[in-house]
Amino acid sequence: MQRLDSKTGKAKWYRKDGLTTVISSILSILIGLAVGTLIIIAVGLSKDTISTNGIIEGIKLVFLGVFSTGRDGGVLTFGFNPVNFGNMLFRATPLIMTGLSVAVAFKTGLFNIGAAGQYLMGTMGTLSVGLTLAWKGCPAWLVWIAALLVGMLLGGLWGAIPGLFKAYLNINEVITCIMTNWIAANLVTWWFEAHDVFKNSAEGGKVGYIIPLKNVGVSTPKWGMEALFPGSQANGGFWVACLIAVIMWVIMTKTTLGYELKACGSNRHAAKYAGINDRKNIVLSMVIAGALASAGGCLYYLSGNTEFFWSTYMTLPADGFNGIPVALLAANHPIGVIFAGIFMSMLNVAGLQLKYLTAYNEYIADIIIATIVYLSAFAMFFKLMIKGRRKANEDGKNVNAETVEEGGKA
Amino acid sequence: MVFLIQQTMLYAIPLMLVALAGVCAERSGVINLALEGIMIFGAFMGVVFCRGFIDAGWQTEQGLLMMIIVMFLVGICGAIFSLLLAFSAINLRADQTIGGTALNLLAPALVLFFIYMIAQQNTLGLSKGGAASWFMIRPSTFGLPKDYSWGPFIDLFINKVYPATYVCILVFILVSIFLYKTRTGLRMRSCGENPQAADSLGINVFKMRYLGVCLSGFLAGMGGFTYSMTTANCTSTGEVAGYGFLALAVMIFGNWTPLNIALGSLLFGLFKCIAAIYATLDINGDGVYMLSQLGISPYVYRMLPYVITLIVLAFTSKNSRVPKAEGIPYDKSTR
Repeated sequence: MQRLDSKTGKAKWYRKDGLTTVISSILSILIGLAVGTLIIIAVGLSKDTISTNGIIEGIKLVFLGVFSTGRDGGVLTFGFNPVNFGNMLFRATPLIMTGLSVAVAFKTGLFNIGAAGQYLMGTMGTLSVGLTLAWKGCPAWLVWIAALLVGMLLGGLWGAIPGLFKAYLNINEVITCIMTNWIAANLVTWWFEAHDVFKNSAEGGKVGYIIPLKNVGVSTPKWGMEALFPGSQANGGFWVACLIAVIMWVIMTKTTLGYELKACGSNRHAAKYAGINDRKNIVLSMVIAGALASAGGCLYYLSGNTEFFWSTYMTLPADGFNGIPVALLAANHPIGVIFAGIFMSMLNVAGLQLKYLTAYNEYIADIIIATIVYLSAFAMFFKLMIKGRRKANEDGKNVNAETVEEGGKA
Repeated sequence: MVFLIQQTMLYAIPLMLVALAGVCAERSGVINLALEGIMIFGAFMGVVFCRGFIDAGWQTEQGLLMMIIVMFLVGICGAIFSLLLAFSAINLRADQTIGGTALNLLAPALVLFFIYMIAQQNTLGLSKGGAASWFMIRPSTFGLPKDYSWGPFIDLFINKVYPATYVCILVFILVSIFLYKTRTGLRMRSCGENPQAADSLGINVFKMRYLGVCLSGFLAGMGGFTYSMTTANCTSTGEVAGYGFLALAVMIFGNWTPLNIALGSLLFGLFKCIAAIYATLDINGDGVYMLSQLGISPYVYRMLPYVITLIVLAFTSKNSRVPKAEGIPYDKSTR
């Protein structure tokens, strides 16, 4: 139902679906940044301790935080900062994975809000298996691979629970995902509480943390990151995440499996009528989503020097939920997820710069992210605005299924 | 025993308030996933208001009046915050789960941002005294000596009890009456079951859904303040330990009806309570800590509410009373 150009008989370039998706994402980002800026100005004006210069510095850091090189003689300086860039890519790794997880589930018409629980299960599997195998004397590369695979397997199984509930009992996956999240949080705490061997008791001041994998000689290889970004935490995990994103793109667009998954997402009943096993595909989609989300946790902790706070029964990892904005910003496109993940982590880095260099704090980044999620909830509205359509009869209903339907409707 | 019941109430009361909040929204046809976020916001605003009153020179003798006023103010704040969800879910017909998730992300971010701006740390507490000294009913409230006792039965109701308990019971009664005995309540429920039919009878679906979400925000905000008052010593830390999600579980467990929800929240409150105090719990007063001798990890008790909810969901999925139009944006043209 798109307006076509009278001469060429094709849709005008600025009305193409792909482009409007990108534009509406950029619009969401800009409005999010504007909200952050407004809060900075408002708070700055209401507090006597923050000068006009302080406000301007705050705004500068929100937009250019990743280029910040600290202060020189009291003035903020900007330039290429390898540590910030490297840390940005390092922090982006789990976000890309959880974003992929949410995106793949979205494509199958499922809202995977359980990425946090799957992430925790993956973390538990990776750390337990990694430490145990390393103590048994396995070579480091084997431990690395085994820990990643076991973590992903555990996450996949955890993701299967909401999938099974959805496929066989038709229970809303959002509810079951929330339940499994908190069960996972308690389960992981219980597991580590009961197994003292994994706790880091050697280093004082590290009470409540699991032994980091680098202590047993396991860590993700750098694969060129140390030359590009010296002094940062960046490692090969980022390349692994990118590779998985590309593989997911191939699976979703070029294989029968991907086609079946998307068909179930567009219309479960039509897919069933076409001879696709809808139940199998729903479960499979959640298993894949679970494995992807847990891979985020695995890669993050396999990097070696990150430490896991095991008593997590009261809180869920933020990366699990931040996969949702990543997927939404990327319009569920696996390759787009890479860039959206990097953008999210850039905001986080900017937030930390705000904390260290100004009177503001890092939570402004979270406010911006939340605003972007809120706006993407009515991405449809933006799209309609851009396309100049006033009626929303056909596709104004469901954001979940929207990207899948686009192909057929345009 | 008195101790156990009172402790259970401590955990059950905020759960009940917030689960009832969930019912108000869901019965009008809007999934309110933002309960957790609204609670966080309510807890923060409650602490801010209390600090304001204390700074204005209120004394502990006026604590109970202050609590009532703050609960009301916090409710209004919660309702205003929930308008964000209502706008995206009702007017823009956006996906309600995403809108709710956005508020869940927004609330802790906003709250922590302002807590840091106010206090330069991640906790905001009362500027003077603790929650118990301000809001608890105790013998000294009636001018009696500190260790006075009325005997176990009366103690249960008025000794070391937060009056929020009674506010909550009142809310429970009012919500039940509203949903089942008033015209507006009936209309609101009809919008959750079949908005097209409701609209054809002249009911303004948008208005009813706004009412449902705002009521929900009001109660969830109150619940957030109650949580911070009773279990967090009136501090706000940008989280409510998953209470909003637990309340969702209670709501589903209670099959979307107020009475079952009240019972469900007592049950889940008991689990929470046991998990928190099981090591020092002496049920029959013989000096033996029975539950800790059982050797069950407290995390099992913490996990149980969610596991039970999953099991209940699995077995009742066929005759679940979930509002039929829940989560579906209302569009006049799809009648």
